[in-house]
Amino acid sequence: MASHFARILSTKRHVGILSLVGAGSLTAGIFLSRDQHVNAGSQVRRLYPASAEYPDLRKHNNCMASHLTPGIYAKLCDKATPNGFTLDNAIQTGVDNPGHPFIKTVGMVAGDEESYEVFADLFDPVIKERHNGYDPRANTHPTDLESSKVRSGMFDERYVLSSRVRTGRSIRGLSLPPACTRAERREVERVVVDALAGLGGDLSGHYYSLTQMTEKEQQQLIDDHFLFDKPVSPLLTCAGMARDWPDARGIWHNNEKTFLIWINEEDHTRVISMEKGGNMKRVFERFCRGLKEVERLITEKGWEFMWNERLGYILTCPSNLGTGLRAGVHIKLPNLSKDPRFPKILENLRLQKRGTGGVDTAAVGSTFDISNLDRLGQSEVQLVQTVIDGVNYLIECEKKLEKGQDIRVPPPLNQLK
Amino acid sequence: MPFSNTHNAMKLKFSANAEFPDLSKHNNHMAKILTPAMYDHLRSKQTPSGFTLDDVIQTGVDNPGHPFIMTVGCVAGDEETYEVFKELLDPVIQDRHGGYKPSDKHKTDLNPANLKGGDDLDPNYVLSSRVRTGRSIRGFCLPPHCSRGERRAIEKLSVEALDALDGDLKGKYYALKNMTDAEQQQLIDDHFLFDKPVSPLLLAAGMARDWPDARGIWHNDNKTFLVWVNEEDHLRVISMQKGGNMREVFTRFCTGLTKIESLFKAKGHPFMWNEHLGYVLTCPSNLGTGLRGGVHVKLPNLSKHAKFDEVLKKLRLQKRGTGGVDTAAVGGVFDISNADRLGFSEVELVQMVVDGVKLLVDMEKQLEKGGSIDGLMPAQK
Repeated sequence: MASHFARILSTKRHVGILSLVGAGSLTAGIFLSRDQHVNAGSQVRRLYPASAEYPDLRKHNNCMASHLTPGIYAKLCDKATPNGFTLDNAIQTGVDNPGHPFIKTVGMVAGDEESYEVFADLFDPVIKERHNGYDPRANTHPTDLESSKVRSGMFDERYVLSSRVRTGRSIRGLSLPPACTRAERREVERVVVDALAGLGGDLSGHYYSLTQMTEKEQQQLIDDHFLFDKPVSPLLTCAGMARDWPDARGIWHNNEKTFLIWINEEDHTRVISMEKGGNMKRVFERFCRGLKEVERLITEKGWEFMWNERLGYILTCPSNLGTGLRAGVHIKLPNLSKDPRFPKILENLRLQKRGTGGVDTAAVGSTFDISNLDRLGQSEVQLVQTVIDGVNYLIECEKKLEKGQDIRVPPPLNQLK
Repeated sequence: MPFSNTHNAMKLKFSANAEFPDLSKHNNHMAKILTPAMYDHLRSKQTPSGFTLDDVIQTGVDNPGHPFIMTVGCVAGDEETYEVFKELLDPVIQDRHGGYKPSDKHKTDLNPANLKGGDDLDPNYVLSSRVRTGRSIRGFCLPPHCSRGERRAIEKLSVEALDALDGDLKGKYYALKNMTDAEQQQLIDDHFLFDKPVSPLLLAAGMARDWPDARGIWHNDNKTFLVWVNEEDHLRVISMQKGGNMREVFTRFCTGLTKIESLFKAKGHPFMWNEHLGYVLTCPSNLGTGLRGGVHVKLPNLSKHAKFDEVLKKLRLQKRGTGGVDTAAVGGVFDISNADRLGFSEVELVQMVVDGVKLLVDMEKQLEKGGSIDGLMPAQK
């Protein structure tokens, strides 16, 4: 896949050497391009020494705060990406949001593809912590969208209410939501909507721009649980992702309402395959097929997704690097959720629980959103298999507890280390 | 948020039309004035500290309109913003400040002896009296644009200046990030504590960045003179007390401000001020005096009267809820204050409040007795 991207020379923007480096010269290529990015257009206005600008992180608990030393700050604070994104821009969300009650947040974002290089001294340790020791300097990330490789994947629908797989994709050459200008954001919308218009068959659908949707369309999208709102989470607003709302934001979905794309929300695109019930295999099959089709369509027009061998698919938040994939179910676990071993079982299965309202919510009643914890270092196929195997195990536990039988905490899955 | 200087340069690769914001659903002063041609002229400019046109207007783009009041929709990042982006800000100022022209001069008058009366507003109706203004420290960037280092320098300088106050103005500084629970509770009980802004008008302008770093509250031991550091402006200066003695409130206000100004000058950092715009503050709505003098007053009958808003307009007063600018009134208690900031002096504005509130209370009393207020209707000020 790397060579495929390497062949395509993006004429749209200054992309740097990154996309042309083949596997053999990876290391040399990275150093060369890093210097180039570091010197390109870096005119950060600086009146005070780095020590006077260093943020107060004493009450903070996020990955950025854990790794941003005064030394690293001093080294990076004068640099900017070629687009003009700075370290302060990258860390602002982590400075403004000391900690999240349910999850240790990342605390920094990328403004463009080059951010991950220019600010590698901070991104690399953050990525390592967030992704179980994955080292962007040493490891490579496998991409695998061959859905036929997945085994079983049909859940017991007395427990599983719905199944969903989502990921994100960024358009190479255009800045990411924290940094993009209005023109860039509109260009992302144009490129993606143009490509989606080429989808056919069960993927054929329609685009609803947030600025132009009628009240009736809006109500329908709300009823379908498709409509995304202007972000209210301070994690996102402090990173500048809600600027110019709702300009160039929109929702595309297929007529069957099983394949959905969000444009310019937290990433250039969020791609979602979903349906009621427990047929995760079909959800994933459609996911892979849809993604490949969209990729083919944008490539025809000379565009490509941001991707490299070290970090996989490049997205705004470092937590979504690699596959950017979250595969999950809404599942009823009234007995298991009350068992004190529940968190440990999830942890060992490499699963995470959320409320059914999304990442910032708590569970209501005993219906949970259960999904994979990991994103980077394992392929899409591997992660979806993990979810399938894990959810089946949870259902077995629930059934046992229903019958008054005891359950076992499974041994921990082999993680990437 | 403050991007580096190259970010704006990068934008210029796109056409002005491709970058021009969609203002079709907007209702604020910026949206009414900014044309594609103006955007084209101004977008390549920046102030010496790097503040750009998009920085000025972002809050207006992100906040199409406010239900209670027509918002300004732009902010300054430094003193030079008002010069570099004159083409936009002069008409905004003109619209917002009753026709104030680019050639007009603003007069400053902080001599409380020039105020007539004001010590006898009926405390049965007037629950509290307050005068506030803001001040910016020349040489530093304003809250939408300042870096952490600058904000901390502003705090340090301010605390040094305030520590030099004595007599009935002697007081203490409480940094937001070092406050104890007990101190915090006391400040809340005194209604002094300001919170991290939640208003999207302020958040979209980047004013809450790095909260609560370098923010704090200073107040005198008597709790009648209060200074907010690094909230929506470098300094917000407030004089307040229960009851209706606006004269006393204003006298303390003037004395305290004058003292503080000389302390900052002595440190080589005068306040931002010029002949045309008066005191320079973050929001164009606060230029001139930056002064809002007002009362919390009970007007349950008058506020239901069909002519209430007309009366306020004639008196050049404005109503708010008692929770502040973004709130609605609760019960019959209103926050009544001067509507103007620029083009009138401090004394003139407080005089309008004093005279106007006196009349409003007379009207309320009249309506209580079942009488009519027709005979009391004022002329347009």
